[in-house]
Amino acid sequence: MKGWPVTLSVLAGALLVASLLTGPAGLPPADALIALAFGGDGPMPIVMREIRLPRAILGLVIGAGLGLTGAALQGYLRNPLAEPGLIGISGMAALGAVIAIQTGLSLVAMSALPLAAMAGAAVGVALLVALAGPRGGSVTLILAGVAISALAGAGTALVLNLSPNPYAANEIVFWLMGSLADKSMLHVWLALPPMMLGAALILSARRALDALTLGEAAAQTLGISGTALRWHLIAGTALIVGPATAVAGAIGFVGLVIPHILRPLVGARPSALLPASALGGAALLLAADVAVRLIVPDRDLKLGVLTAIVGAPLFLHLIWKTRSGGRV
Amino acid sequence: MVLRLSGLSVTRRRRPVLHGVNLTVCGGEFVGVIGPNGAGKSSLMEAALGLIPFTGASTLAAMPADRRARHAAYLPQSREIAWPVSVEDLVALGRIPWPGGGRSDEDRAAIDAAIARMGLEAFRKRTALRLSGGEQNRALIARALAQDTPMLIADEPIAGLDPAQQLTCLRLFRDLASEGRTVLASIHDLGLAARFCTRLVLLSGGHVLADGPADAVLGDDLLRRAFGITARRVETPDGPAILPV
Repeated sequence: MKGWPVTLSVLAGALLVASLLTGPAGLPPADALIALAFGGDGPMPIVMREIRLPRAILGLVIGAGLGLTGAALQGYLRNPLAEPGLIGISGMAALGAVIAIQTGLSLVAMSALPLAAMAGAAVGVALLVALAGPRGGSVTLILAGVAISALAGAGTALVLNLSPNPYAANEIVFWLMGSLADKSMLHVWLALPPMMLGAALILSARRALDALTLGEAAAQTLGISGTALRWHLIAGTALIVGPATAVAGAIGFVGLVIPHILRPLVGARPSALLPASALGGAALLLAADVAVRLIVPDRDLKLGVLTAIVGAPLFLHLIWKTRSGGRV
Repeated sequence: MVLRLSGLSVTRRRRPVLHGVNLTVCGGEFVGVIGPNGAGKSSLMEAALGLIPFTGASTLAAMPADRRARHAAYLPQSREIAWPVSVEDLVALGRIPWPGGGRSDEDRAAIDAAIARMGLEAFRKRTALRLSGGEQNRALIARALAQDTPMLIADEPIAGLDPAQQLTCLRLFRDLASEGRTVLASIHDLGLAARFCTRLVLLSGGHVLADGPADAVLGDDLLRRAFGITARRVETPDGPAILPV
């Protein structure tokens, strides 16, 4: 399909507006958008600029980041089952963040939380690449993901277990479920710069990911450096998944579902799948975030719970397809 | 374009697989590398391209990676196509080393020429993974042709092909050499290698046992030493037929 960039951009843009217009305050759409753009008196500009705008921006940015990293990891590992949430990278980022919270580092400096999450994510990707590399098959990838998830889960459980404050533990559990509620522009400014840098790193590797379609040896003879590509991906993924997890918790399956849906649309080329998955991921996460506010407005349904409920059956379906030998 | 390997040695998993191989291949030559399984044929090509660690020297491996990619195209033994891309997009991957990004006029011309040369016009928009093994192989060779390099290194290019496809492939390689390119390919079929290659290199246990025209390399004594077989040679109007017994 030739027109995918326009279609996906329009879709993501429309859902961004929908996200801005959804909320318990029940503001009239036209007035709300005017208040957002031009300010004014009363509570409406505050609601729009300080509550809904950061939520919508984070939905856009984090969704795009998760879609992009999913597509990039799949391209690198040449495996449609790779996804930062499933293979433990988000879990490792969460472990980093939890350690920063429990040691009080996050109180010393605001940036300690995303930095610790980035470090955790980097360890996670590095472990994954070492264990499953581009030569490992699907089984190796899934087993490596299970092992890394288990490691991250055990570490997080240990920190919570030793936590002197049961309420803090409770809060961390809810944060881990993933949500965009109650975020401020401060969160946006903390997450946006590293995520943009990560996206630039990953997008600069798009030709290399295309070349990997032919396997590692052939890609190398096309002038692609395996080492440089590996570092681009490890750093890029950590720079995106770390801050995303620090701000919004662990939101899974976006990076799995979106590349799977969009791959046929872009002719399966990894380089085209990267921007498409970023746009698609933004659209999916914004839609999910609108949905959690509409489905049960009086209860705080967590975004990560919704994406998992939708994404897990697709994951099962993908494993079924690869199991029976069919290509995805 | 000359490929010169001198004193090339490779060790894999602490086991030496190539021992100081010296080999020079010039433009216009189609050199067939023959030898039993495990003789070091793949290692020879991978080391020549700088894909695996080695000691000694290779003129190709000594080049910076981006320059090397414009000098030699490589067809690995594992015919991998990871994603369901179209034949056209697959062939276009060969343009990655060139500055046009696959979209310049020069790129389009190289892609079209490679597709035409391999007779893939009808498959252009088809998904490469849905083609038959032989057609996929042709698409991968077209990918290497699109790279438009003076040298082509192919690891068992005719393995798994039917007789007609084998002939087409070897004729193409011979034509590429007669256009002045340097072609190096490992081939298991001794008769076909003798018929199409301008020169044969017989590898055994990581050593070059013989290097020269087919008549000299496919002698009874050498074949017995390399493969442990006795060969019946039958001269036909189209070249020698070699029957292992």
